[in-house]
Amino acid sequence: MKPATRIVVFAVLAHALAAMAAGPAPEIAAKPDPRRSGFSFMTPAVQAMQRDDAQNPAMLWVNDGEALWNAKAGASDKACAACHGVAPTSMRGVAARYPAFDAALKRPVDLRQRIQQCRVGRQQAAPWPDESADLLSVESYVAFQSRGVAIAPPADARLQPFTERGARLYGARIGQLDFSCAQCHDDHAGQRLGGSVIPQAHPSGYPLYRLEWQGLGSLQRRLRNCMAGVRAEPFAYGSAELVALELYLMQRAAGMAMESPAVRP
Amino acid sequence: MARALITMPRTAKRGDVIEIRTLIAHPMETGYRPGEDGRIRPRDIIRRFSCHYDDGGGIDELVFSAELFPAIAANPLISFSTVATASGTLRFMWEGDNGFAQTERVSISVTA
Amino acid sequence: MNRRLLLTAALGVGTGLVARPAFATADELQAAIATFAGGATMRAGRVNLAVAPLVENGNSVPVTLTVQSPMTAADHVKAIAVFNERNPQREVVVFRLGPRAGRAVVATRIRLATSQQLVAVAQMSDGTFWSHTVDVIVTLAACVEA
Repeated sequence: MKPATRIVVFAVLAHALAAMAAGPAPEIAAKPDPRRSGFSFMTPAVQAMQRDDAQNPAMLWVNDGEALWNAKAGASDKACAACHGVAPTSMRGVAARYPAFDAALKRPVDLRQRIQQCRVGRQQAAPWPDESADLLSVESYVAFQSRGVAIAPPADARLQPFTERGARLYGARIGQLDFSCAQCHDDHAGQRLGGSVIPQAHPSGYPLYRLEWQGLGSLQRRLRNCMAGVRAEPFAYGSAELVALELYLMQRAAGMAMESPAVRP
Repeated sequence: MARALITMPRTAKRGDVIEIRTLIAHPMETGYRPGEDGRIRPRDIIRRFSCHYDDGGGIDELVFSAELFPAIAANPLISFSTVATASGTLRFMWEGDNGFAQTERVSISVTA
Repeated sequence: MNRRLLLTAALGVGTGLVARPAFATADELQAAIATFAGGATMRAGRVNLAVAPLVENGNSVPVTLTVQSPMTAADHVKAIAVFNERNPQREVVVFRLGPRAGRAVVATRIRLATSQQLVAVAQMSDGTFWSHTVDVIVTLAACVEA
């Protein structure tokens, strides 16, 4: 090799070695969170309905829930308030970390099941029927106390198999239309189904007032609607499948802010 | 429970125009909708809403009213204004099919 | 699953309202307005019906009615009525005001069976009637509850 060439080669090598010694290239800026609440897919008119507590029809249920929270019930003659005190203090953050693992039952329970456990076990009162006005009222009142709190599923290893089941259910094709949740809500979120925009299916606002229902309903009711929508036999209220799905959806939405009680079309 | 939610200022200066928002729980069944059995569900709606301003000094005046039809959405919201004339009580009444009748009272303190 | 319920639901009857043929309703709409106004001439203006031009669910559509008026004893709005073109019934609501209202601004939420025209009519204390007509497009829900 001619002397001039040798110098150039060494210079290039030296430069390369120096660059390697300096460490890897600077990281690209972290990508923004692609997750968006169903709120952002709504028209301004419906968003305004949710924003203003004086206009949000769900507040009618929240107010009923407050009355029930303070009403004595069952053979115990105790109100929720007797043990739990003032809800804005004691219930803040609670809805954001359900479903949670129930050690006695060895499975996760959602907020509604937990409320029923208190009602039956502690208050010694009859359980409320699924989707009944009273149960929804208390559930919405409790969820309302977590408004603004980040969804924080418990870091509980015992939940793992149930979350995985929920993930499998979310990805499984079902019904006569043979769709999975993922096909609409992961692959086609933001696009239209009929005249409606497909949201990403985050459970940040439940229980919520759905214009389609003209009333307040739970996440389980909405999941059952979706299943009927693809012509599948819906899972029963309180079933292990629905709780597993709820658990998975909350994990998927971890970190997003609770907005209960929401309004949706 | 047909709960009502009324949002309005509780104090005002005389002559102020105050905004009142009312919400009441009611299905407003239109009378055009089939039920699970295929038969039409009978109409069951709130037909009339009124607001009276009672100044506690002998004047109890109707300041606003509305006639509602099935095209009003469930859990009706009615927003309107009234002039704060004197301290007193606003009386809100909803009446409708099947003997539905509900009254709510909210007091207001009006300063000069 | 009740198939009839599913089909009717898919046509937007979830609102409880069924769409009607256009030729029947245009006459009925004029007739309903004429009944309210006692046959008085409609003038365009002064009343404004604010509603989203595109509605994602016809079950609960916010509307705001505003009338330019000093709302004095001598010059005020007596009533504001709303009519529709394609619901089963033309009347939507009649608000009755007066000088004690202070402002002629009223809001509520209405049901719309399908895309259609809405007409707001204001009755003034001087006997005149004013109207505002708006076209609204209503998209129907894709996944209705069975």
